[in-house]
This record gives sequence, C-alpha cells and structure tokens, in this order.
Amino acid sequence: MRVDLATLATWVGMMVATYSSRVAGFWFVQRFPIRGRLKAGLEAVPLAVLTALIAPTVLATGPAETLAALVTLLLAWRLPVLAAVIGGVAAVVLLRNFMS
Amino acid sequence: MAPLLLAGIPFALIMGTTAAAKGLSPAETGLMSGFVFAGSAQFIAVGLWTHPVPIFVLIATTWMVNLRHLLMSASIGPQMGRFSRRQSYFGLFFLADEIWAVALRRAAEGKLTPAYYFGQSLPFWVSWVFWSTMGNILGSTIADPSRYGFDYAFVAVFLVILFGFCRNRSSLIPIVVSAATAVIAWKLLPSVWYIFIGGIAGTVAAALIAKPDAAGPDDAR
Repeated sequence: MRVDLATLATWVGMMVATYSSRVAGFWFVQRFPIRGRLKAGLEAVPLAVLTALIAPTVLATGPAETLAALVTLLLAWRLPVLAAVIGGVAAVVLLRNFMS
Repeated sequence: MAPLLLAGIPFALIMGTTAAAKGLSPAETGLMSGFVFAGSAQFIAVGLWTHPVPIFVLIATTWMVNLRHLLMSASIGPQMGRFSRRQSYFGLFFLADEIWAVALRRAAEGKLTPAYYFGQSLPFWVSWVFWSTMGNILGSTIADPSRYGFDYAFVAVFLVILFGFCRNRSSLIPIVVSAATAVIAWKLLPSVWYIFIGGIAGTVAAALIAKPDAAGPDDAR
C-alpha cells in the first residue's frame, strides 16, 4: 500500500482544481438573474457541450465512426438507450474491421 | 442508468493500467480516482507523469481541462431546486461529464431529485475507484480498447442523450456551431480545449440568435 506524499499532494491539488470548476458556474447562476440572452445561452449549453464532446470522433476520425453514429441515432429513434449504445458499439467494431 | 455504469468500466480499467505503467501503486491510483473523479484530467495527468512530480503543471492542466465544467455547473444550477444548499455543494463534487448529462436528461423531464442524482453519481464514483484500482493491479488486461469498440461507448451514450435534447429547429444552430468549432479546435489545439471552445461557441451562438428579452422583463415563459 505505497502512497507517496508528493503524489497525494498532487491529487489534492487536482481535486481542488476540479471541484472549483464544478462549483463556479453553479455559484454564478445562483447570484445573477437568468434571463434574456443569458437564459437562451444557458439553455443551449447541454446541446453545445455534448456536441463538442463527441464532434471530433463522430465527424473527423473516419468513416467507421461516422457511420456508427448514424446507426446509433437510428436505433435511438425507436429503441431504449442501452440497445442503441450496444448497437452503436457493435457497429463501430464491425465497420472498423471492414474499413481498415 | 445502466449503460453509463457499464461504459465506465473499460475506461477505469485502462486508466488503472496506464497508471501502473507509469509506476503508480494501486492505492495511489484508487486515491486519484476517488479524490479527483475527472476522467480526462486523470488520463492527461498520468500521461504527463514523471519523477519528480510536476505538481503545478498537473494542477494547472487539470484546471484548464475542467474549464468545461463551468458551463456544465452553470446549466445544472437552475435545475437543482429540490436540493438543499449542502446537497448541492456535495453533489457538485460528482459533476463528471457523464453525471451531468444524465442529470440534465432527468431535469428535462422535470424530475431531477437529490435521490436520483446521488443514485446515479455514487455508484458511478464507487465503480470508477474500484475498476481503476483493479486495472492497476491486473496490468494490461485491455491492450487495445478500440479493438472492442470500448472507446466508442461514451460517444454512443452522449449521442443518444444529445438526440433526446433536440426539441426543435432552434437546437440546430448551437449544434452546428459547436460541432464546427470543436472539430477545428481539435485539429489545431492540444489536449481537450476543443470541448470548452466548442461549448462556448455553441452557447454564444444560441444567445446571439435569441430575441433579446422576448419573454419580457419578469421572464415568464
């Protein structure tokens, strides 16, 4: 059970850095009135951030990743989440084998 | 949400394996996952790991990598009406990308409660700590995650959640702007800057196309 002191200090510092970013936005919206353009922007945050998270993989990595995304969306249209996710992962495995 | 928990396991195993390759002990790996609880920041920290530890570089990098959580916590804030102050500040510790995404999904149905939030986040935290420690102990169990498509699991989860959020045509602008900006930033900049930059661009675009104060001064819907 070896734990180096400098390592532990690094984890604590990283924890503070992470937690402060997770609290700061919350703290801000609790104190300022949310309306008009700010409200419209905040409502779009889920769309914008989720898109940014996946855009490079879905759009710019290769045809297998892009096609598997289409398969996932098609499945999500009619099936539960778990089925769509498993289908998407299966599609990417198959397509990567065919396309590389 | 079971897919979330399952999708997290391979990542945790890979995380632990990479940490072991850098000479971190199982206990150190488990502590990192428990304390920091931020997947991408942990991967980057382990990638930059050397002796002696570049402690300030790692902390500064973590902060930059996690800038996107400013946006995430700002968007979840107005949805936490059922949380006490203490529950909010405790809960925000667990606001990883995945938890944020499912919590907002729940909020869109008008049902985000502390019970739901902690019911999602605590098992995810335990699983992340446990499987990353196991990954460290087991070593290179998963040599090439992309061979099994594990790397794609979260992409699929996020895609399905994003799909659920698309309500009408006005959703299109932030999505298109964010996607274009994120891809460009991903090509040009190191690390995960693309997430924050794409997120900001999409958010600003949505704010700009909104009719200012269309809802009136008291903001009635």
